[in-house]
Amino acid sequence: MAEVDTVPSASARNREADEPRDCLVARFGADKPLKLDAGVSLAPFQIAYKTYGTLNADRSNAVLVCHALTGDQHVASVSPVTRKSGWWETMVGPGRPIDTERFFVICPNVIGGCLGSSGPASTNPDTGKPWGLDFPVITIRDMVRAQAMLVDSLGIETLFAVAGGSMGGMQVLQWAVSYPKRVFSALPIACSTRHSAQNIAFHEVGRQAVMADPEWRQGRYLIEDTLPRRGLAVARMGAHITYLSDAALHRKFGRKFQDRENPTFSFDADFEVESYLRHQGSSFVERFDANSYLYLTRAMDYFDLAADFSGTIANAFKGSETRFCVVSFTSDWLFPTSDSRAIVHALNAAAARVSFAEIVTDKGHDAFLLDEPELFAIVRGFLDGAAKARGLAPGAAR
Amino acid sequence: MLSRLKRDLTMAEAARTPGGSRVDLLLIADMVAPGARVLDVGCGDGELLRLLGERRGVDGRGIELSREGVNECVAKGLAVIQGDADTDLADYPADAFDYVILSQTLQATRHPRIVLEHMLRIGRRAIVSFPNFGHWRIRLQVALGGHMPQTDNLPYAWWDSPNIHFCTIKDFRQLCLVAGVEMDKAVALNAWGSPLRLNAPWWFWNLFGEQGVFLLSRR
Repeated sequence: MAEVDTVPSASARNREADEPRDCLVARFGADKPLKLDAGVSLAPFQIAYKTYGTLNADRSNAVLVCHALTGDQHVASVSPVTRKSGWWETMVGPGRPIDTERFFVICPNVIGGCLGSSGPASTNPDTGKPWGLDFPVITIRDMVRAQAMLVDSLGIETLFAVAGGSMGGMQVLQWAVSYPKRVFSALPIACSTRHSAQNIAFHEVGRQAVMADPEWRQGRYLIEDTLPRRGLAVARMGAHITYLSDAALHRKFGRKFQDRENPTFSFDADFEVESYLRHQGSSFVERFDANSYLYLTRAMDYFDLAADFSGTIANAFKGSETRFCVVSFTSDWLFPTSDSRAIVHALNAAAARVSFAEIVTDKGHDAFLLDEPELFAIVRGFLDGAAKARGLAPGAAR
Repeated sequence: MLSRLKRDLTMAEAARTPGGSRVDLLLIADMVAPGARVLDVGCGDGELLRLLGERRGVDGRGIELSREGVNECVAKGLAVIQGDADTDLADYPADAFDYVILSQTLQATRHPRIVLEHMLRIGRRAIVSFPNFGHWRIRLQVALGGHMPQTDNLPYAWWDSPNIHFCTIKDFRQLCLVAGVEMDKAVALNAWGSPLRLNAPWWFWNLFGEQGVFLLSRR
C-alpha cells in the first residue's frame, strides 16, 4: 500500500483532541465527574460540540444529533480536519428536514472520540501525556450521560428531538431509556437495541488488525510518535464493506479494472473495488485515532438495552411518552430491518407512540447518510407532527 | 394490498361529503369519543387517522401492511408502523387503546375471529366496517350470473383479490355472538353511502346495505 504522507503528527493529533478547532468545548472540572459504567469516574473531562440555529425563549426547540462510529460534531459544517462538508448536510441545515431555521441543533463529539471530546488521544491530566489505553473503557450509556451533562450546561431541560443513525441511533435509544422525560421525540435510524454477535465479530477483526500493527506499540503510538496506519486502514477497509451492500458494490464497481485493460497477475489493486477500499483505508488514517476506534467499537459491542431490564426491552420503554420514529433500510445487513422491527415490537408492547418505516434502497447501512428522498420526507413529516404536538411555531422558531 | 383496496374504494365511491371525506370514515369518526387513544388497523394512506386527529383530537396510531402506505403516513406525521393485522396485534398489551378500528380490512384477514378478539383485548371498544356480501347486487351476480361478484367497491377478479374472508352483515352478527362481543351501535350504508333507516329490520340491512359499520365492546 502506498504510504500516506498527509497524516498529522502525533502532537498535532493530540492537540486536535485537546483543543479542537471550529467548535465549542464544554469543560467539566473535578467537581463534575463523569461516572462511567466501568466503575470509575472521569474528571476533568470535556465535550466538543457544534450548535446550529437559535434556542427559542422556551428552550423547547433543541435537537440533539448523535454521530455514528467515526462521525464528529461537524454535522452541518465543514470539518477543519477533513475539510469536507458536514456528514449529514442533506439532513441538517436551513430548510433541511432537521431545519436549523426552526430548531436549535446540538451535535457533540462522543466521549472516547478523538475530535475534541475526552478520549484516548486526549492528554491525561495526571501524566501530561496522551491517555492511550489508560483511558477508561466507555459505553454508549457513558456517552449519553456526558451528553446529558452538556445539555444541562446549556440550560435545556427537554430535548425536542434526539436523532442519529447506527451508533448514533444507539445513543438515541439510550437517551429515551435513561432520560425518558427529557426526550420529546426520538429518531433511531438503522440501529438496534443490542449489538449482534456478527457485529461484535466484525469489530473484533478490526481491533485485531489495529493491535497486530507493530506501530500500535500497545496503544502508546502517540507518545512514541508512530502510527498503526496499516492496521487502522485494514480495520476501516473491512468495516467499510459492512456499510455497503453486495448490490451497491456491484453497481459501483462490478468487476471493473482500475486504470488498466487486463489483470497484472500481481497483488496490485487491479480491481476498482480494491483501489476504492485502499483509498477508504488510507484516508481514514488521516482523520481518525486508532485507539478511539478500539474504544468506540467496544462501546457498541457492550450495547444491550435489555440487559438492565431483565432481558425484556419492552420494560425499558414502559410508560414512555416519547414519540418514536424508527427507520431501517432494506439492504442494510449490518443493522437489518429485523433489528428495527424488534425495537418497534418492544415499543408496541409498551404501548409507546411509534412510527416505523422501512426504505427500499440498495445502498446498505450507509444509506442513512446518503441522498434518500424518502428518508428526508419521513423525518420532515415526523418532526413536523412532533413540533405541532410540542406547540412549536411552524417554520422559523426565532 | 389493503391500501390498494382502499385506494380503489376512495376512487370508486361517489359518497364524499362536500368536505371531501368518505361517509363511512366520517361515520366511524363520529363513533369515537374526543381525545381517545385509537389504533387503526390497516390504516391505508392514513385518511381516517388524519380525520380522527382533525375532528376528534385523538391520539392515533396505525398499522398498515403496504410499505408505500406506511411511508406515506409517516411522512404526514402519523404514528404508523408496517405490520400485519393477523400477526402483529398479539404484541400489544391489553387495554392499551380506547378504540381499535378495522376499516374495510376484516375481509382481508386470515383469521377474522382472532383479529376481532385481539382488537377487543387491546382496546376497550372496537369499530369494524366491511363491505356486505349479502347486498342484493352481489347476491344477484352469484345467483344469476353464476360467478364471483365484482362491484365498484370490490373490483377484483377472484384470483387476485386480497379479500379472502367475505361475510354478510348477518354473518358478522353471528361472529359477534360466538365471540362474545357486544354490538353497541350498527349502521348500514347504501350504495350511495347514505345510512339506511335505523329502524329497518336486519334482513333489510343485509339485503340493501352495501357496507356495515359496527361499534363493539366486550360482553
